[in-house]
Amino acid sequence: MTDQESRDRERARAMAEREATHASDTPDDYRGNADPNGVGVIPSSSALATPALADAPVSGSGVGAFGARGKVRIGDKVFRYLTAGAGMFVCILITLVAVFLLAKAIPSIANDKVNFFTSRAWQVSGSTLEFGIVDLLWTTVLSSVFAMLLAVPVAIGIALFITQYAPRQLARPVAFVVDLLAAIPSIVYGVFGITVFAPKLHGIIDFLNRYLGWIPLFKKQISDPGTVFAGGIILAIMILPIITAIAREVYERTPRENVEAAWALGATKWEMVRLSVLPYGKPGVISGAMLGLGRALGETIAITLILVAPPSGAPFSPSLFYGGETFASKIANAAAEFNNPTQTGAYIAAGLVLFVLTFAVNAAARIVVNRRREFS
Amino acid sequence: MAKRIEAKNLNIYYSKFLAVSEVNFTIAPRSVTAFIGPSGCGKSTVLRTINRMHEVIAGAHVQGDVLLDGESIYGSAVDPVDVRRTIGMVFQRPNPFPTMSIYDNVVAGLKLQSGRIKKAELDDTVEKSLRGANLWEEVKDRLGKPGAGLSGGQQQRLCIARAIAVEPQVLLMDEPCSALDPISTLAIEDLIQSLKEKYTIVIVTHNMQQAARVSERTAFFNLAGVGRPGQLVEIDDTQKIFSNPSEQRTEDYISGRFG
Ligand SMILES: Nc1ncnc2c1ncn2[C@@H]1O[C@H](COP(=O)(O)OP(=O)(O)OP(=O)(O)O)[C@@H](O)[C@H]1O
Ligand SMILES: [Mg+2]
Repeated sequence: MTDQESRDRERARAMAEREATHASDTPDDYRGNADPNGVGVIPSSSALATPALADAPVSGSGVGAFGARGKVRIGDKVFRYLTAGAGMFVCILITLVAVFLLAKAIPSIANDKVNFFTSRAWQVSGSTLEFGIVDLLWTTVLSSVFAMLLAVPVAIGIALFITQYAPRQLARPVAFVVDLLAAIPSIVYGVFGITVFAPKLHGIIDFLNRYLGWIPLFKKQISDPGTVFAGGIILAIMILPIITAIAREVYERTPRENVEAAWALGATKWEMVRLSVLPYGKPGVISGAMLGLGRALGETIAITLILVAPPSGAPFSPSLFYGGETFASKIANAAAEFNNPTQTGAYIAAGLVLFVLTFAVNAAARIVVNRRREFS
Repeated sequence: MAKRIEAKNLNIYYSKFLAVSEVNFTIAPRSVTAFIGPSGCGKSTVLRTINRMHEVIAGAHVQGDVLLDGESIYGSAVDPVDVRRTIGMVFQRPNPFPTMSIYDNVVAGLKLQSGRIKKAELDDTVEKSLRGANLWEEVKDRLGKPGAGLSGGQQQRLCIARAIAVEPQVLLMDEPCSALDPISTLAIEDLIQSLKEKYTIVIVTHNMQQAARVSERTAFFNLAGVGRPGQLVEIDDTQKIFSNPSEQRTEDYISGRFG
């Protein structure tokens, strides 16, 4: 190495060093200004987290230096009480509903002459109470899960179309139309379902029965159009908007870096979606599906209008091509006869099971959402 | 397999905004070229036109041409997907696929390109690529664990392994060390030195020391003026750029008399 060369190298190094110091200034400053406790942002929805916030020491090293220790800002206080109050109100409300259901249901269940969970009987007008929920549970779960299974793939497809494929001019109207489905009252779905839609299903039902009839689920049982099959499809349309909306939201938020990682590997559009968008959105879509399921479980008027109740004493059938009653439709059908408390109690007991079921499904959806948060 | 890159009269747009104008350069195969210049002058933008990543941004488009061994990558018959399979890229922030294991991350690109591959062959590629990225010893016992569970420096090397697993002809790196500590940085610089035996490498960096250490050629980019598009001021041997650049503006920038 010549003299000239080594001097040049020296110089380059010195300059580069200076540059490096400059470069490292920015992040340090930034860190210095950042809120040391990270409590600068109070999530507005965290009424339940209020105790934790209250416990957190407000002792960032900087605070004492301003000589303002212990000073409580009135706005903070009011806000905290308001949020805590709102949170508590909801909890109290739920507890009251649960207590009400239990108090009304327990005497009737105690007088039930058959097993509440396993009996198919529903005899509540006479002097002896005989009621069990197994048929209701089956029809409720079957119609709702069927609806969810139909709705989820369609919702994923629509959400992918809107967020990934459609040109902007098309994405907006499509999203709008899907949202509009949520604005249709459920009574309209019910009337449409039973008068227009369900009678058109004969062809499909016969077809499925012919080829899949050996599976009990697809065995044709009645020729009345008011089947679980028809009800489930209408339910699927009803829960489509919420699942689509959630899927759309999570797909839209796929981090750019994940998307670019896929592009840079030479992924095609679909491969990019498969590598980045779908895995990222999966927990969100699962929770959206569960919220939809929760809604389908409790849907009342549409399903009451569509489903035809089998005559009492008819044998059990697991088939989709059969009528039935869900918890909600059973209660709605009997609403006119809530005149004696033990009889009413039987229906309330059914309502209680529905409450627990829906609660469990929604809680599961929440857990999935929260688990996601840990990852990101 | 490394290839020569030529840029011809590149004008690069974000919608109507001309970000970089009239870029011309030639990069020799099996060499390391550093892109330096102040923030916002278009280094990343130029880099991303070399593998047609620029156009994944809505409204972004390019005039002019980039040639790979004399063949246009912007020709009407060229599929950008094929271009990206030939030209690998490593980003500023490590971006392994978060839901995939280390193993699956490494073979992700390979699986896209060749569909079904024998397990033994995949295993070989994983080991070779991870060794190539200096990561094998650290992760060989936990290939099934999620890639997101590694440290930042390890994640970045995982991304390099993922990029070289498909044996690209060119490797583009956009500030690959800016989120890393000095030791990981050193590891990656060593890695660049060994990778240049096989690949043509272009690296964007804000660290001039790094440019001086790893590259043979350096390109200095700058804004043509306030509110004007970025431009390539000069490209020359790294030695010369840092000691005796032809342009006054380069001299000003690297000696800190910038602005
Ligand atoms: N997605 C985008 N949309 C619109 N303009 C963009 C986009 N990305 C970059 N630009 C603009 O293009 C110009 C060049 O940006 P570029 O990111 O290439 O700079 P850079 O040299 O890589 O800067 P840095 O050193 O900070 O990374 C800037 O004016 C920037 O604002
Ligand atoms: Mg950049």
